[in-house]
Amino acid sequence: MTKDDVKQIVLDIIAEIAPDEDLSDIKSEVRLRDQLDLDSMDFLDIVMELRKQHGIEVPEDDYPELASLDSCANYLQPKFEAKASA
Amino acid sequence: MERDPAKRIVITGLGLTSPNGNTLAEYRQNLLAGQAGVQRIPMRYMGEVNAGVCDYDPMKYQRRKEVRNGTRAGSVAIYCSQEAIANAQISWESVNKARVGVYIGTTEHGNVETENEVYNISQFEYDTKYWTHHHNPRTVANNPAGEVTMNMGIHGPHYTIGAACAAGNAGLVQGAQMLLLGECDMALAGGVSESIHTFGIFAGFKSQGALAEHEDPNKASRPFDKSRNGIVVSEGGAVYVLERLSDALDRGAPIIAELAGWCINSDATDAVLPNPERQAQCMVEAIRRANMVASDVHLVSTHATATPQGDIQEAKAIIEVFGSCPNTYINNTKSFIGHAMGAAGALELAGNIPSLDDLTVHPTINVDELDPECAIPNLVINEGKTVQRVDTILNNSFGMLGINSALIVKRFVD
Repeated sequence: MTKDDVKQIVLDIIAEIAPDEDLSDIKSEVRLRDQLDLDSMDFLDIVMELRKQHGIEVPEDDYPELASLDSCANYLQPKFEAKASA
Repeated sequence: MERDPAKRIVITGLGLTSPNGNTLAEYRQNLLAGQAGVQRIPMRYMGEVNAGVCDYDPMKYQRRKEVRNGTRAGSVAIYCSQEAIANAQISWESVNKARVGVYIGTTEHGNVETENEVYNISQFEYDTKYWTHHHNPRTVANNPAGEVTMNMGIHGPHYTIGAACAAGNAGLVQGAQMLLLGECDMALAGGVSESIHTFGIFAGFKSQGALAEHEDPNKASRPFDKSRNGIVVSEGGAVYVLERLSDALDRGAPIIAELAGWCINSDATDAVLPNPERQAQCMVEAIRRANMVASDVHLVSTHATATPQGDIQEAKAIIEVFGSCPNTYINNTKSFIGHAMGAAGALELAGNIPSLDDLTVHPTINVDELDPECAIPNLVINEGKTVQRVDTILNNSFGMLGINSALIVKRFVD
């Protein structure tokens, strides 16, 4: 799974939990909160959907890793790969 | 009669959604045309059930995320509140939001979300780490009123009034009382129901032998008919803008009607079986507080839910209070829309308020054979009736645990 694949997974989740947002021009390196109307409950939604849809756990201490699409990809890619090879 | 305009409470706006209409005009038209609004819907674990479903557009006043994260009761309350403000011809921007109170009656709240989450974790071997973090803000009892404040930027007090199926009246009473106490200058008050989204309500009524069955959904809710067999559960809402008369006159508000009096009392006898003696006392006390006599009431909107016993008990109570009032007419709205639970009182009153202007009493429909035990004099059956006077409406709403409410509104006369 490439980092772009991971970014797309995160974007798909955001499209679900923040349906009013325009996701067509999201900058990977910029904090999601600075581009979108997302609050702490929305980030918990992202964590929950990663768990439910993909079996990926994000411990609370690691929540800052979900700040931007780039940081999401860096943090989540190894988890998806570990999951795929498990 | 109270003359001080600071101590008189008037209705200056009204917003609603009902299974047969999303505006008062549409709802009233259907009530006069005999058009019911019940359908069959799938119910988790139960197959199909009869239900009253609303088709208002949530996107009119909410963002999609608000709808996703909020509750159906919250969405209904927002729609009705926004419609009420629009109806009240208020410049909302100029209203001091710290002086607006929100008082929403509910029969129950939290069942929908709790059932959904239990079902959700059942898909994950009941592992509670899959339980949503939205559960608590969705299920706190003030949720529907709180969602209104967040949507509309209201900073005054908000809470819900849990009063079983008397909640619609109780919400209006609460709003009026808070205005009289000076706790707010404008009240958004009424009731809402999301109950068709919880199987527990349906299953509970079914276990109680009180869930309506009929091959034609629009004939399932049949108060006072001999073959009635129970309740059709519905969703819906009605929210009123209430103001002190003095404030309403100051801003040149359209005045729809005046709250003349009310009473809420308790049977203290049985959790589910009604008590006609206490119901009659409730109506009599509301009439007394309105400085009226029974014959001053021209229209009684009954609570009757189409349960075999409940309708007979209310009929007894009404005959006791109004049996010798030849100009008092009686009707029922649940025959059209089913039982809108926490919204019922507020919605049923709303559908009758136009009678103050058009002097027409909408009927109770689906009475193919009137139960002799429910033969209330002047019960308006199947066809509407134009009458000589409708100056005053008494709205009954009763609920489980023996809560009774009677609310009287009258045509505003300065």
